[in-house]
Amino acid sequence: MIYSLLVMSSPASGQCALTAARFARGVLERGHSIRRIFFLDAGTGNGSATAIFPQDETDRLQPWVDLAEQHSVELILCIASALKYGMLDGTEARRHEKSAATIHPAFTISGLGQLVDAAASVDRLVTFGG
Amino acid sequence: MSAPGGKRLLVVVRHSPYSSSLARASLDVALAAAAFDQPVSLLFVGDGVLQLQSGQDCDALGVKNLGRLLASLPLYDIEQVFVDAEAAQHYRLDLAAAPLPTRALDRDAMAELIRTHDHLLGF
Repeated sequence: MIYSLLVMSSPASGQCALTAARFARGVLERGHSIRRIFFLDAGTGNGSATAIFPQDETDRLQPWVDLAEQHSVELILCIASALKYGMLDGTEARRHEKSAATIHPAFTISGLGQLVDAAASVDRLVTFGG
Repeated sequence: MSAPGGKRLLVVVRHSPYSSSLARASLDVALAAAAFDQPVSLLFVGDGVLQLQSGQDCDALGVKNLGRLLASLPLYDIEQVFVDAEAAQHYRLDLAAAPLPTRALDRDAMAELIRTHDHLLGF
């Protein structure tokens, strides 16, 4: 079965975002595939390369990076949300004259069309947060 | 962008208009779906029905008027708009004065609506 995920939860509050990453891994381990993971609203914070979490807590970024690097899962941050939350890639940082990019390169910034496309082409669309 | 055999999307709106950025995000997702010719319906439930309040004035808040955005949805061919009848009654909403035409549904009808869609996006 082909899945897409919509993640709206911040990595800084509650367990929902981490649950989403673990769900994604579970989907792959059971032999299904993931078309795309789309991050919206506070969920875009999951792409932060600069957020620092306590060392004795589970890392919030690495589970996503592993999905992208080990399983080629597409991680897309909604551009309108990303800009509001200060999640910038190099292009957006230059465009808005900010000093640095803030997202991890495993993530890509794009538009809501990517969510619509992700929904149109899969068997299951699972929402986390909201 | 649109895949063959597009899925029927149901966007469920739970947030009141100026309480959360997700109120606006839910409408943006519906608009994006319509822009890519995907069939999309909206269902306002719980506090979300407050988005249908007529005469919204949010100038003092310094944010965009969601009532006006809602009024524009039929222009983008978003015409399948449904409301949780119980919530609308709870807030004494005058649906005849809402920014766009809607259909009020009881619980059984809402369950049936959900069953007839492929994907449910809950905001």
